[in-house]
Amino acid sequence: MTAYVLRRLLLMLPVAFLVTVGVFLLIHLSPGDPALIILGEDRSPQAIAQVHQELGLDKPLYVQYVIWLGHIVHGDWGRSITTHQPVAIAITERLPATFELGLTALLWSLLVAIPLGTIAAVRRGSVADQVATGITVAGVSIPNFFIGIVLIFLLSVSLRLFPFGGYVPFLQDPLDSLRHVALPAIALGTAGAAINMRFTRSSMIEVLNHDYIRTARAKGASWRRVVFVHALKNALIPVVTIVGLQIGGIIEGAVVTETVFTWPGVGRLAVESIFNRDYTVVQGIVLLAAFSYMIANLLVDLAYAWLDPRISYA
Amino acid sequence: MSNAPAIVAAQEPIRRTPVPVLELLRGHRRVAASFVLVAILFLVAVLSPVMSPHDPLAVSPDSSYLPPLTPGHVLGTDELGRDLLSRILWGARVSLPVAFVAVAVGLFGGGLIGLVSGYAGGITDLLLMRLVDALLAFPGLILAIAVVAALGPGLRNAMIAIGIVAVPVYARLVRAVVLQLKQMEFVVATRSLGATPLRLILRHLIPNLLNPIIVQVSLSAGFAILAEATLSFLGLGAQLPTPDWGQMINSGASFLNNDPWLAIVPGAAISITVYSFNLLGDSLRDALDPRLRS
Repeated sequence: MTAYVLRRLLLMLPVAFLVTVGVFLLIHLSPGDPALIILGEDRSPQAIAQVHQELGLDKPLYVQYVIWLGHIVHGDWGRSITTHQPVAIAITERLPATFELGLTALLWSLLVAIPLGTIAAVRRGSVADQVATGITVAGVSIPNFFIGIVLIFLLSVSLRLFPFGGYVPFLQDPLDSLRHVALPAIALGTAGAAINMRFTRSSMIEVLNHDYIRTARAKGASWRRVVFVHALKNALIPVVTIVGLQIGGIIEGAVVTETVFTWPGVGRLAVESIFNRDYTVVQGIVLLAAFSYMIANLLVDLAYAWLDPRISYA
Repeated sequence: MSNAPAIVAAQEPIRRTPVPVLELLRGHRRVAASFVLVAILFLVAVLSPVMSPHDPLAVSPDSSYLPPLTPGHVLGTDELGRDLLSRILWGARVSLPVAFVAVAVGLFGGGLIGLVSGYAGGITDLLLMRLVDALLAFPGLILAIAVVAALGPGLRNAMIAIGIVAVPVYARLVRAVVLQLKQMEFVVATRSLGATPLRLILRHLIPNLLNPIIVQVSLSAGFAILAEATLSFLGLGAQLPTPDWGQMINSGASFLNNDPWLAIVPGAAISITVYSFNLLGDSLRDALDPRLRS
């Protein structure tokens, strides 16, 4: 197992290098001069040259990359061009809100997906299964921002059951926090619920065909016990893979949902920064999103290898 | 937004020999139904100039905020008095071409990488696949947003961005199939008979790649429409006054209190379109994959 972990880490290195090159080039080769954004009205050639010197933009591109990478590794992600706040702090301040939203959305998706996926698998081919399969395709087809808008219209504007917008930290007031996070979490988690349901269903169908399930039934175990005690545990192993990736992709999903619900998280910061052409912040968020996704991939592979001994470490 | 269906498709083995379209439509009701839905969408996109009752850009302040089912404006009008039905119909002319250009970018770029990588093997394969891994390391929407942030908002850049997101999916799919095909007897025999690599690729590999690619194109088209709508919703894709569905939801969301249809109608249009493509991809996969059929 140790050798497998080391091998996976080694394989990650060239990919991580390419990701940093990609993020660096994406922003540095984009049209427009950051100095002009920083300077605003004062655009004298001397001032522009001075900003170029301060930012290291007068150096060759590969030198700029090495300097930038050095700073990133040491935790210096630069400063926001518009607010002058350190990027690392700007992102860290917004992360709790994004994680609270992302994890609640994940919880919602699992609460929906596991029971429905199990029912669809156990009653394969029935009306319930067909409805569940239809919901699955619909769930990945409806844009999450549209689900958000419909929820706001129905439950917030019309019925006034939930507040619209605003973030209350969970530790400050758990109940009020849940009321605020409910709608964005449902909007964000619905596509995930559809995907997780699909995985639960197909995995459950496969497990229910195994010999040990037949043996358990032959020994007199009730169908309910067989499904929930014997089958579900093993059926959820592949679901771990996709859930792990969904945790890694929390920032991705948050971009749109946070914009719809004016949620003060990293996703909304990303969109605001794009419009303000605040490239250092955009760069930081893209880098963070890519690395969280990569690490989630790695952890999923390791968890999978650990959970399922049949997986080869070779 | 997730590209999970695309990845699922890429991992599953698919029947190699091309299946005649008519046989597919006759033998599989889900394929036929979803094919009809997609065909209707294409017809709407092509015929929207003829079908639209009004100019989608014509502003008429006197008839703003008319509710659906108003005579002359079946789906009502928006805040500038523009006919919503006409804008929805013209929206198909924006969304579908954007999706197909984006899929073409992904298919061409990814297909080429996959073909070269799978056929050449060795160090070429190793290097190209690390590049693909690096692209896959970015969550799809984040990569698209980053590309649009770098190139600037607009439909053309949105198409490029979504295409780049699709590149690694096609690269992996094509490479996996080419690796399998390379081991097959007919390919080994053709090569031993002296066929040039170009002939082998054009005459023998590409025709056998068609089935998995058709499935992937359907699924990617759904993803691309969703991604384009998302970028336009965020203000990074289509710009005003283009009648784009995502952008229409964005502006309609400001009037939810009194005129919810301004956001709900374009939202329904996106959902139906993406659903049709996903259903087509899903049913084609079921029909073309012998393992799933059994």
